[in-house]
Amino acid sequence: MNFQFSEEAEALREQARRFLEDRSGRDKARAVMTSGASHDAALWAEIVALGWTAIRIPEEHGGLGLSVLELCVLAEEIGRLVSPVPFTSSVLLATEALLAAGTDAQKAHWLPKLADGSAIGTVALGEGTAAPGTRSTLQIKDGMATGVKVPVPDAAAADFIILSGADGLYIVDTKAAGVTIDAVETIDLVRRSARVTLTNAPVEPLLGGRAALEKFLQAAAVLLAFEGLGGADAAMDMALGYAKERVAFGRKIAGYQAVKHRLADMYIKNQLARSHAYYGAWALLTDAPELVQASAGARLAAMDAFQFAAEENVQLHGGIGFTWESDCQFYYRRARLLTLMLGSKSQWADILVRALEQRNTMMAA
Amino acid sequence: MDFEDTPEEAAYRAQVRAWIEANKDALPQGNHGSRAESVADAKKWQARKFEAGYVGITWPKAVGGQGGSAMQQIIFNQEEARYNAPTGLYAIGLGMCIPTVFTHALSPDIAQRYVPKAMHGEEVWCQLFSEPAAGSDLAGIRTRAERDGDDWVINGQKVWTSGAHLSDFGIVVTRTDPNVPKHKGLTMFIVDMKAPGVEVRPIKQMSGGSEFNEVFFTDVRIKDTHRLGGVGDGWKVSLTTLMHERLAVGGKPASAPGVKEMIELAKAIHLAEGNALEQSHVRQRVADAYIADQGIALTRMRTISALSSGRTPGPESSISKVVVAKTMQDIGAFAADLCEGAGLLMGEDTPNIPHLSRFQTSYIGSAGLRIAGGTDEILRNIIAERVLGLPGEIRPDKDIPFSEATKLGL
Repeated sequence: MNFQFSEEAEALREQARRFLEDRSGRDKARAVMTSGASHDAALWAEIVALGWTAIRIPEEHGGLGLSVLELCVLAEEIGRLVSPVPFTSSVLLATEALLAAGTDAQKAHWLPKLADGSAIGTVALGEGTAAPGTRSTLQIKDGMATGVKVPVPDAAAADFIILSGADGLYIVDTKAAGVTIDAVETIDLVRRSARVTLTNAPVEPLLGGRAALEKFLQAAAVLLAFEGLGGADAAMDMALGYAKERVAFGRKIAGYQAVKHRLADMYIKNQLARSHAYYGAWALLTDAPELVQASAGARLAAMDAFQFAAEENVQLHGGIGFTWESDCQFYYRRARLLTLMLGSKSQWADILVRALEQRNTMMAA
Repeated sequence: MDFEDTPEEAAYRAQVRAWIEANKDALPQGNHGSRAESVADAKKWQARKFEAGYVGITWPKAVGGQGGSAMQQIIFNQEEARYNAPTGLYAIGLGMCIPTVFTHALSPDIAQRYVPKAMHGEEVWCQLFSEPAAGSDLAGIRTRAERDGDDWVINGQKVWTSGAHLSDFGIVVTRTDPNVPKHKGLTMFIVDMKAPGVEVRPIKQMSGGSEFNEVFFTDVRIKDTHRLGGVGDGWKVSLTTLMHERLAVGGKPASAPGVKEMIELAKAIHLAEGNALEQSHVRQRVADAYIADQGIALTRMRTISALSSGRTPGPESSISKVVVAKTMQDIGAFAADLCEGAGLLMGEDTPNIPHLSRFQTSYIGSAGLRIAGGTDEILRNIIAERVLGLPGEIRPDKDIPFSEATKLGL
């Protein structure tokens, strides 16, 4: 049994954590929130220099060719400090979509640029009240698309966008004619989003149609689960740190069972989420038939843990946690973003139970 | 990442499998009704295991164990479980009591007298800790042990003693000095459950079964040679036992229904709005159960993975029982509720309502599991204090003599 990350991946984690704690404290997230900039360009340049944007890209396209496990590790670390860079949009989502379903030409064009940082990508899934990626009213005909995608994270910084259509994934260059990008405000004030309006904009399909889109959503579910797990652990650490310092009624509030048990519950949820996330990573790495259930389980457990830790972190801080100046809001807001950008709990519970039902039927047969 | 055995583990598993296959004549044939027959079945299987060297796999060779690895024990347990081997009779004795005996016995003679017979299964052991006034707060026990020459004389009452009615010996924690703070005046002994003055009364549980007992001690004499650890060291000694208890009580009982059964049940129920499994609120509850149950199974794999690669497992296994017991309760109630009025009827399993009686049994039993071997509340304290490093409870009785604390009503 080898149900843990390799020593190399753990070494990468340590390096990433040291770097991000040093260079990407939560003050960086606050600076982007305050300025309204799309991201912290200086921090992003350092991340590119570390090779994190190239991690999964094959060597022939100028990348490092490492496994998805290394990517999971970085996703978790980026999530801890809500680092204000388009890592999720560009590396976890757009790059992965191209790697999984891009044509040779699309890969040859974009992957080297993604690897060396000269291009940023993002993925546009949301449309109205449909669970992102599940339904689309984009009109796509003869390589031209018309319609609206909103909200699209990091669109303002992106050079290209991967779109979900009714029958699969498409790619559009943000500089192409007929593409309009307007900032929108979302619940997350650090990772900025936009409304992307396509008016007869030239788009190209990726390979694999609807099946490739569904598989991409499963991979995204696992990777965002790791990002959420990082946020959940960081929110718990904040709450722990505060509870150990704050005095009320003559003692540290960490000594009260109402507080201790809440923190123990955070730990329990975070550990369940970690175990499910590892299972998702394994399924992704080995392209296992269990990927559907494992990715849904990873996502449900991580979003549940993140939401609980983010909410109770504010609560345990008391009034100070509700101020603009407190960092608690970053996790509170990010937990909703991660949940709503890829489908809510009921959506993924449905996917999970259908997969389990199918497994039951197969085992019975 | 993979879920495969290492070559060494695979070789050991193959060896265990071949042995069980060659010895399955010693496994119970069919379901026996009577208690005497179940005990006889368990003893037969235990003796066979002992002869082959599959008892005490991780224990040191010096005490009669195999000096093997935790992985070997895990593999043996997994393979044994595939055959539904009867191991419950020895879970407490070999899981908790005997490690305490061989760690803290005063002389090799004592260990030699008790350990092999327990391993062989000839003698059954129980653990006499909880009392009517001391459960979670174990150090508050009142059973007295008073020195009389080479003997100690025991008086008092224990409760919730699993398997006492089947046991030959027990380990008992007593108060030997009430005039020091409560954790400091305790001493542990080996007690002969057949000795004069020991009276075992079964307790009928809420579930209707009688797995545990009250045990009364009236002037029971124990030789000082049967003390475990020093006089006044009983608290420290009991920690050895409890450490093993938490390892033993962790997982989900094999008989408890889970996600698979929930799906089969929901599929068979038709609500006014249509098939139950097709309803979003039902699917969300099934998903919750999966996150909990599968999450614990996967967490266990993280622990096993660490053991397999020679690392020390993290503290994550501490979440197991608190999640498992409450999840059993939640899905038991949910399953019964899904059946509406029919969910009330006991013993009415029909093809139309699959698994209902298992859900009902699990629902009743889970109320006990949330208390046994550390309540949900104590387990959360343990996670908070030992894993997260939060302060302990305020204990007004901690530094004053036990006799004074009881006078103050503490």
